[in-house]
Amino acid sequence: MMTSSSTSRGAAIRLARCAKTFADGTRALEPLDLSIEAGETLVLLGPSGCGKTTTLRIIAGLEAPDAGGTVTFDGVDVTRLPIEKRHVGMVFQSYALFPNMSVVENVAYGLRVRGIAKAERLRSAAEVLEMMRIAPLAARRIDQLSGGQRQRVALARALAVRPRAILLDEPLTALDAALREHLRTEIDALLRSLAITAIYVTHDQAEALALGDRIVVMRQGAIAQIGTPREVYFQPADAFVAGFVGTTNRLDGSRRDGRFETAAGAIAHAGADSAKTALAFRPESARICRPEEAPLRFTVTQVHFLGPRQRVVLTAGDTRIIVEAGPQEPLFVGDVVGLILDPSCLVPI
Amino acid sequence: MNSADRLAWILLLPLGAFVLAFFLLPLVRVVAVAGEGPNGMAEYLVILTNPRHVATLLATLTLSAGVTLATLAIGVVVALFLARNRFPGRALLVSMLTLPLAFPGVVVGFMIILLAGRQGLIGGITQSLGLGKLVFAYSMAGLFAGYVYFSLPRVLVTLMAAVEKLDPALSEAARSLGAGRFAVLRDVILPGLAPALTATGAIAFATAMGAFGTAFTLATRIDVLAMTIYTEFTLAANFSTACALSLALGLITWGVLAATRNFAGSGVAAAG
Amino acid sequence: MGTNPLVFAFQLLVTLIAAAFLVVPAVTSILAGVTVNYFQGVRSGLTLDWVAQVWGLYAPTIFRSIALALGTLAVTLLIGVPAAWALVRKPGRLTRLVEEIVTLPVAIPGLALALALILAYGGIRAFRASDAFILVGHVLYTLPFMLRAVMAVLAAVDVRTLEEGAASLGASPWQRFIQVVVPAARPGILAGSLMVVTLSIGEFNLTWMLHTPLTPTLPVGLADSYASMRLEIASAYTLVFFLMIVPLLLAIQFAGRDRRATDRKARP
Repeated sequence: MMTSSSTSRGAAIRLARCAKTFADGTRALEPLDLSIEAGETLVLLGPSGCGKTTTLRIIAGLEAPDAGGTVTFDGVDVTRLPIEKRHVGMVFQSYALFPNMSVVENVAYGLRVRGIAKAERLRSAAEVLEMMRIAPLAARRIDQLSGGQRQRVALARALAVRPRAILLDEPLTALDAALREHLRTEIDALLRSLAITAIYVTHDQAEALALGDRIVVMRQGAIAQIGTPREVYFQPADAFVAGFVGTTNRLDGSRRDGRFETAAGAIAHAGADSAKTALAFRPESARICRPEEAPLRFTVTQVHFLGPRQRVVLTAGDTRIIVEAGPQEPLFVGDVVGLILDPSCLVPI
Repeated sequence: MNSADRLAWILLLPLGAFVLAFFLLPLVRVVAVAGEGPNGMAEYLVILTNPRHVATLLATLTLSAGVTLATLAIGVVVALFLARNRFPGRALLVSMLTLPLAFPGVVVGFMIILLAGRQGLIGGITQSLGLGKLVFAYSMAGLFAGYVYFSLPRVLVTLMAAVEKLDPALSEAARSLGAGRFAVLRDVILPGLAPALTATGAIAFATAMGAFGTAFTLATRIDVLAMTIYTEFTLAANFSTACALSLALGLITWGVLAATRNFAGSGVAAAG
Repeated sequence: MGTNPLVFAFQLLVTLIAAAFLVVPAVTSILAGVTVNYFQGVRSGLTLDWVAQVWGLYAPTIFRSIALALGTLAVTLLIGVPAAWALVRKPGRLTRLVEEIVTLPVAIPGLALALALILAYGGIRAFRASDAFILVGHVLYTLPFMLRAVMAVLAAVDVRTLEEGAASLGASPWQRFIQVVVPAARPGILAGSLMVVTLSIGEFNLTWMLHTPLTPTLPVGLADSYASMRLEIASAYTLVFFLMIVPLLLAIQFAGRDRRATDRKARP
């Protein structure tokens, strides 16, 4: 089943006014517009119940959007097309490998239901297994595989049909931390080398930042922000995004004459919007220095040695922030330190 | 041996004594009696050598296999329907389908008489349609209906639980790979239900092989193994044949259950 | 996406026919039992005369069946619960064998079991003629259900660990059995008891062979009424049987539902 090179790059997908209300009246998704470019890896990120999985299932064709919503693949309306006709590959959180089939039978299944001759589908499946570096497992039963191996088989099975898009629903959640990080790198390299349209659902911000060309942060059935990982990380649209992606510090204060006054001291900051009474910044946007070198002063209240760096908790009045320091810096609880903030990384919220 | 182990053995004794006295010893007696008839040892194989008994055995096997397949087919359709659809009255429907779970065979026989007997509901309907009175309660067909009636509730209970346990992602995965409705059923759902189908099918089969109450109520003329054993024992007083046939029947039902149990986990029959 | 309407209609039809197949005759029998004349239908009027006649003819069978069910329950509890604990706590080849032998009576048709009992003990006249003969048959047939139910619960609650906990606090083996094991097994004992009573009340395959004209049970009486009484009396008798058995069946359904709910809670 060799598709032409133009479709193997994957489809451009558009959702227009896609809302979802379940039979019991629960509103899972507010009307939503979303464009996914051909070949792009888009990550849907958010806490459970935010609508990210519902969005994925609408794209897959496992759920129909409420009346009025449309889904198009390369400009063709597929809203009424069930999943088996959409030609997408899907990887499930539970992997959903067929226990009654061997590894190679699982991978060849999509070709089998398409009526591909046995010899050819086995050859295609073998190629994909080779690409995923699990060829030696071909004859194994599913219950003889480790979690990471199952993950690879699930990916291989989804890719074997050369889908127009690959949809991944929390594919790494069931794995332990070390394996997760390893497979994350592998999936990233794979998606990039295939240049296939990929939509990846996760609640893990580290996964989202590492994998996504763009990230869609979702909350309560609506999009909170769309942007590149850097945009979402350094310019979060609001406090929710800032809080959900990475560690965020919040410095409360008030504005006076182009200065921002806080419990730790005042800094120069020309904020446009005086309604916003706090600044958010990432731990790595701040640098600890001697107290006399900076306008902001804090007391060290906790020091955690993490190996390559130290995580330091600082307080001033009611303000409590977390910053990072090099592993060798002599920091002790009770020290008074200064803090220098990178002005370009301060986000008024 | 520590004191807890000693207590365990003591507590196991009443069970052992009961089973020895009222199961193992009688079993030995049956084996002995089967060989004490005028035909001697040849009697053990009477089920395979006497043409009448061979015919009865084949009829019983065919009936039981038919009942099993029909019950499983209905069970799969109903269990999938009930698992996939939520509607008002569903709980009531489930109760209606599973309540006759322990109706004894005699009562099931009476249900079939009410349904398809000489004054039965079905006969009334066909007569009012001008098709003549359809009466099939007192034949193989009646027995077939009775055994389906008997086994359907237990098959349903097992299959509904098994359907609930199926991971819906498996069907979704198959569909994402392009599988249509029939392919999903063939490649995912039925293989997923296979252990439950085997276990509950084996019980339905064994029950139909050995059931006596329904046949007794419907008619004494239907030639199934249980009726033959009964007539040989009580009417013909032919103890050795009755024992030999009982042993053969017991071996078949136990064999079917044992063969499927390892494959499908455990399950118990409740023949009425 | 939406279900294919044809498939839906087919499944619905099969489900409704199956439900009707099971329920309509039962309802018919209940109605026939309280109808003046079944052949004229309900419009001939409702009456409890048939139930009264059943009571006059068959009351002793009802009491005998209740007594037998309770007796069977008592024996299965006394034999089954201690044995279930012993079998659960020492899984080994011998216990596997014991379990296998004990479950055999379920796999072997009741008719054959009855035949074996009669051949072995039919000669002991006093025993053969007594209710105890039927009781033995009922215990033989229901014991595996009690064992299975109790063993399943004991295995699920990991009774070994509970016992070790009690032992570490100084409880003797017997105290552990009474104070820890039996309370832990309660859901299984309840489920097993409901099953034993239900099966005993409805048991026919063994009972028909084991009973004597002086010891008929309810199902034996039912078979007699189906063969020789008018349809209304047979129906009224069946109605009485339903009144006894349906509450038990509902209780079994509820007990099963509770247990499944707790199972689900235990394994998220």
